[in-house]
Amino acid sequence: MKASAVAYRLLQLVPVLLGVSVIVFLMMWLTPGDPVEVMLAGQQATAEQAASLRHDMGLDQPPLQRFAVFLGNALTGNFGLSFFHRRPVADVIAERLPATIELTLAALVIALLIAIPLGVVAAVKRGSLFDRLATVGSLFGVSLPGFWFGILLLIPFSVNLKLLPVSGRSSLSCEVAPITHLLVLDSLLRGQLACAGEALRFLTLPAITLALPTAAVLMRVMRASMLEVLRSDYVAFAEAKGLSPRRVLLRHALKNALAPTVTVAAIETGSLLGGNMVVETVFGWPGLGRLVVESIFVRNYPLVQAAVLLYAVTYVLLNFAADILYTRLNPKVEL
Amino acid sequence: MIETAPETLLSIKELRTCFPTRAGLVTAVDGVSLDVRAGECLGVVGESGSGKSVTFSSVIGLVRRPGYIAGGSVTFRGRELTALSPAELRAVRGREIAMTMQDALTALNPALTIEEQIVEVLLAHAVDLPRAGRKAEARRRAVDMLRLVGIASPETRIGDYPHQFSGGMRQRIMIAIALACRPMLLIADEPTTALDVTIQAQVLELIADLRRQLGMSVVLITHDLGVVAEYADRLAVMYAGQVVETGPTRAVLDSPRHPYTRGLLGSIPRLSDLDAPIRPIEGQAPELVSAGEGCRFASRCPMAVGACYARIDLVDVGPGRAARCIRALETAA
Repeated sequence: MKASAVAYRLLQLVPVLLGVSVIVFLMMWLTPGDPVEVMLAGQQATAEQAASLRHDMGLDQPPLQRFAVFLGNALTGNFGLSFFHRRPVADVIAERLPATIELTLAALVIALLIAIPLGVVAAVKRGSLFDRLATVGSLFGVSLPGFWFGILLLIPFSVNLKLLPVSGRSSLSCEVAPITHLLVLDSLLRGQLACAGEALRFLTLPAITLALPTAAVLMRVMRASMLEVLRSDYVAFAEAKGLSPRRVLLRHALKNALAPTVTVAAIETGSLLGGNMVVETVFGWPGLGRLVVESIFVRNYPLVQAAVLLYAVTYVLLNFAADILYTRLNPKVEL
Repeated sequence: MIETAPETLLSIKELRTCFPTRAGLVTAVDGVSLDVRAGECLGVVGESGSGKSVTFSSVIGLVRRPGYIAGGSVTFRGRELTALSPAELRAVRGREIAMTMQDALTALNPALTIEEQIVEVLLAHAVDLPRAGRKAEARRRAVDMLRLVGIASPETRIGDYPHQFSGGMRQRIMIAIALACRPMLLIADEPTTALDVTIQAQVLELIADLRRQLGMSVVLITHDLGVVAEYADRLAVMYAGQVVETGPTRAVLDSPRHPYTRGLLGSIPRLSDLDAPIRPIEGQAPELVSAGEGCRFASRCPMAVGACYARIDLVDVGPGRAARCIRALETAA
């Protein structure tokens, strides 16, 4: 890959982030509600106290000026103070981010583990009962809303059988010194196997809930690209060479069919971030998604703005990663 | 001088291959009988859809689904191929009977290096590879094979991907892969169709050369009569899933007995006589779904008579020659 290609991609971030900033700012400004009112609700505050709080938070200035200040600070990596935590937004987000990354990675792994084998088998046994069931199943996976599916999983596994916890990320009994801040990984790295198991139990249901819609999409991509590859001349030529069906399928067909699937997976990881908001709320997962939802409710402008910018950067970088992966799997393409 | 009949390597008898379609059952190969002798080059000519490719994919058991072999027999060195298990057939494919495809660009896997694509066929078949250092030996043979087909500096280029080669080079690489296990029969399916004219001759010369060096038989599937005239010892003309004329190439081209063969020859422009009119064959090949018992060329044939619509078999029309035409003998020029 050429350095110019990387530079070009990074340059693309600038207009994207600027656009996203404008949109987020406008939406927060147009949304009715006042953080000061929310903060002072139930307290016997005077109008002066409210005005002074408003002045502290810079909310008494005209919108355009507020936007300029936000943009200027953001350029220096300062996203301001979270209204409610009274701490820098960056710190609050950094605290919540690992939980979200852990959940997203787990969901991605589950989605790929479901999608790739099912897609391959469905394509190879095209038109069979298995193929039809997989196709109908993926339709369900795409159409069912995450919060509903999450609750559907909670009832048998957590409420009735009490196999898995209902909400949260870890039990108090487990204290693991952080390395990566991903609980499962850290527990394993520290050799605390019991804690790793415990963390996995907490992770299982939210990760499956988050993974299913993605798995459904990826399975369809996998099936479609596998079908196309199986019709190709190089698969026919591989068969004419007298190779074993296993080698034809895994070495000749799968490697080519994986390229589109992996690319879509990288892009889909972006929607996993969005899906996090719902799933984290349903399962009480202490991640960024839930923090953003809470912050929207209380009009915590600085935090929402910073988080959305983070989402946008991640999305662009994921697309970039998708392109790189595609070139790895398809030697014909160069960035 | 006593002539000994060369050994028959491949014998196809009354082969039928069908494809179920929405419009009905298409018999793409309908009672084809052909022999390939040891060391010879058999040219199989016909327009697209005449069943020439399907005939030979049937031979190696690679009919694309949902197609299937509905009847007939294929004997290769005394073995009935249609009765073999999939694993037994795989051992024949690539080792005893190899096939090249029309377009090397699509036939070579874009995601694998040339090395992997040629070594894998050696590893799959070459039982004579030493136990220790199998892969190194396979790689050495792969390099030799690439050198044999005329790839410059094969030691380094073997690590390249197909897209890094030109069209003619890719065709050579595909031939190298097909011939890596020194098969006795090469089925070359339209080896020149995807190539520039100047490269076409090089590739055909290469195939002819390797045929002599390796002592193999070649089935040259093409729609180009010029190619056949130059390289084939014998010729089979196919039309609408049937063989309509066979015989020694020179004899068939000099005095074709089937009106379709004559039509094919008449529709080629001749450099020696540029003023001679090109006479295309009127009409179109029939829909195979509705093909009846009679001569399939009858509706386009200038000589057709009522009897042409009854069942017609191949008849002897000379030494080693046959034509599927009731008027073949009266048209002998």
